Amino acid sequence: MAKIHVNTTINGAPTEFLCDANQTLLDVLRDTLGLTGSKEGCGSGDCGACSVTVNGRLVCSCLVLGAEAQGAKIETIEGMADGDKLHPLQKKFVEMAALQCGICTPGFLVASRALLAKNPNPTETEVRYWLAGNLCRCTGYDKIITAVLDVAAEMRAAK
Amino acid sequence: MSNPKYKWIGTRPDRPDGADKVTGRARFGADFSLPGQLIGKVLRSPHPHAIIKSIDTSKAEALSGVKAVVTAKDFPEQANLIVPTGEMQVNLRDITRNIMAREKALYEGHPVAAVAAVSEAVAKEALALIKVDYKVLPHVIDVADAMKPDAPVLHEHLMTEGANPPATKASNIAKRIEFNKGDTKAGFAQAEVVIERDYSTQAVHQGYIEPHAALATAAEDGQVQVWSTTQGHFQVRGFCAKLLNIDTSQIRVTPTEIGGGFGGKTVVYLEPLAIRLSQKSGKPVKMTMTREEVFRASGPAPGGNVKVKIGATKDGRIVAAECTVEMQAGAFPGSPVGPACMCSYACYDIDNVHIVGFDVVSNRPKVAAYRAPGAPISAWAVESTIDMLAQRLNMDPIDLRLKNAAKQGTKTAYGVTFGRIGMVETLEAAKNSPHYKTPVKPGYARGVAAGFWFNVGADSSAAAHVGEDGSVTVISGNPDIGGSRASLALMAAEELGVDYSKVRPVIADTASIGFNFVTGGSRVTFATGLAVVNSVRDLIRELKVRAAKIWNVDPEGVIWENGMAKPAGSNVGEFEPLSIAALAAQAGKTGGPINGHAQLNVTGAGPGFGVHVCDLKVDGDTGVVTVGRYTAAQDVGTAIHPSYVEGQLQGGAVQGIGWALNEEYIYNAKGLLQNPGFLDYRMPVASDLPRIETVLVEVPNPTHPYGVRGVGEVPIIPPVAAVGNAVARATGIRMVDLPLSPPKISEALDAAPHKMAAE
Repeated sequence: MAKIHVNTTINGAPTEFLCDANQTLLDVLRDTLGLTGSKEGCGSGDCGACSVTVNGRLVCSCLVLGAEAQGAKIETIEGMADGDKLHPLQKKFVEMAALQCGICTPGFLVASRALLAKNPNPTETEVRYWLAGNLCRCTGYDKIITAVLDVAAEMRAAK
Repeated sequence: MSNPKYKWIGTRPDRPDGADKVTGRARFGADFSLPGQLIGKVLRSPHPHAIIKSIDTSKAEALSGVKAVVTAKDFPEQANLIVPTGEMQVNLRDITRNIMAREKALYEGHPVAAVAAVSEAVAKEALALIKVDYKVLPHVIDVADAMKPDAPVLHEHLMTEGANPPATKASNIAKRIEFNKGDTKAGFAQAEVVIERDYSTQAVHQGYIEPHAALATAAEDGQVQVWSTTQGHFQVRGFCAKLLNIDTSQIRVTPTEIGGGFGGKTVVYLEPLAIRLSQKSGKPVKMTMTREEVFRASGPAPGGNVKVKIGATKDGRIVAAECTVEMQAGAFPGSPVGPACMCSYACYDIDNVHIVGFDVVSNRPKVAAYRAPGAPISAWAVESTIDMLAQRLNMDPIDLRLKNAAKQGTKTAYGVTFGRIGMVETLEAAKNSPHYKTPVKPGYARGVAAGFWFNVGADSSAAAHVGEDGSVTVISGNPDIGGSRASLALMAAEELGVDYSKVRPVIADTASIGFNFVTGGSRVTFATGLAVVNSVRDLIRELKVRAAKIWNVDPEGVIWENGMAKPAGSNVGEFEPLSIAALAAQAGKTGGPINGHAQLNVTGAGPGFGVHVCDLKVDGDTGVVTVGRYTAAQDVGTAIHPSYVEGQLQGGAVQGIGWALNEEYIYNAKGLLQNPGFLDYRMPVASDLPRIETVLVEVPNPTHPYGVRGVGEVPIIPPVAAVGNAVARATGIRMVDLPLSPPKISEALDAAPHKMAAE
């Protein structure tokens, strides 16, 4: 079967790739483009470890086809830091020990950034519901939620 | 909070692997690839119990792009030999059958063949071409059914070990164990209140977010390299060496970053298959499990049935206690029934205790360790019964526990007499917590439970190397599953008297550091921490020798203080202190590279105790439980990096909350798992939970230079009963079968609607 030619933008860089019609965006990112920061925890959209944004919308990349990336703007964890400067969320997650094993961390960071872009002043309940699509088995979520709320407050204060 | 005794210990610096973990740069199991690699996939049994009459792989082998196929005949038979793995024990004869079924498939998902092909698509196509001729046998899933005399027998050779009288025919009861202290008959005769209940729990999965993954490459000269996501790369090496008849020195295993394990990654599934496929194909082979495969064929933790009888006097003194635990082992013997029995009453000082345990096989995946293996199961039963006792005697549940708490000098039912432990301090800390001092909110009810875990020491090796510029690399051999690099670096910095940033902790592969037992048993910060401390002390000894050479004095005349070599006194001479950098700069003239080493079998692990408090409400219509406030108190010895200690308490508590409320393996009548995915196997998500408050009680372990006790496992023990006790107090109904899921609570409420106490 002929491969599909896709033109897209990933983390600001024009990117083209070939994929099979049934290949997920997650597989393209990981296996074709070497962007292994997005993780496969379930392959069924239940764990959020593969979270990316497509045209600003938070999605599980395991539920998106590679071919759907045509013409889209995709942001992954690899594009979150600015050069050698970590994003405030990345910095805060390390500072507050909001990760233990770290496998879910890229997904949580991408999802948290998407939340703060949409709602810079979320309540704890809003953070908990927004992140309910991301599973973490190590932390009990406590330090993750605190880190996101702290960053939200700091980002508001900086404006 | 920082520890006033220390400069670094008790502080909360950024973890050394932090930047890698938040940028996606950290490489986990599935992130490793090699040029020219093949993809390996496993064919799994669709039946829970079946004889494998024949396997025809010819069509799969003929498929273009298939480079190797393996079945059981590609793995040598193994002796009936028990070897330790983490806190569990496994039999080599069984492991080789678990990684690849031989005579029989013993559970749905049991591997029967594996292929390596140029792509995943081709590998999957090949699996469909393998023809397995099964003779389906009757199966058995439940422990109670498996123990019946007419149950289908999984293993014709399995005679109950420890049976009295000795077993005369094969059964599914692999082992009977017994612990006795005092005289329970006499004890119950003194009792004024006796409470007896039967409880059950279901199998639950460790639920690590990263599926198992392995990459192996075998060379023509016999050398093998493996990259694996594991809690113990030395165990991967050891198992693969045995299962494939290779010298350990020929196998080099590099641990990848590990995406959670909780005990479930202390065994091998994919690694021996990937090696064998690589040997046969001459190419690197990468294998990754799907989430469904993880559920069907790895882990889980067992379920079990527990019978409890507790007798007390009216003033709340427990005078006798009994417990019988029947535990799922999965398809092969080796459930954690031993620790379940030993932990059952270990929180308490009771004169008369009798405990019996049964290790029972059934047509389920072979169980693996899960955080304090076995203990949450017996604790669910014992702590629920103690709560009933508190209700019966109208006593505060913490006061009742304080009255019976184990302390230094208490002899346990399994024979050990406790040294310095912190059960009383932990109960008092829970009692004095802001949470417990706050009245329960209207509509909510409060549950309390306690838990005990031994913690483990065992074998560790470490090295400390000084670089040319005086910065230090600390090398150890335990995969960092939750921030242990930080705690090891903190101890090294404290010992050496240098800045935390000057110490770089590295986790070496099996060829680059001496043997280390698994990351498990809450042992890394304790035991590998001690190896690191000793390696640094060895390094300091060498640094003092070098300073002595430079000053031309005896090494005894040199002391080490604040990261500097100094003369011990004015009688030694007047010398300017020498920093590590100054000593490193002259190393070539004073004896060459400056390194320290340590290897030891660590004993003296300090037992840990936890007490959890849970406030929750129950929706009378739907049976949904909402946890409103939660506090975990624990004796942690010394908190080396308090944030990661708190994280252990918080994460363990939430796993326990999931165990109590929702998580379970659900089988249908055909013996097939019905919920092998995160949608139907419902783990807690952020919106299910409140903050998890923590109280770190520091009762130092006298056998460790910094007082470290393990902390990782205790936190999963109390929550199951803490939640259950709160549900019982909220509803007025004592439920005994886990999980306390909405349909079960609804059903119980419908049967007794008038009892909803909190409404």
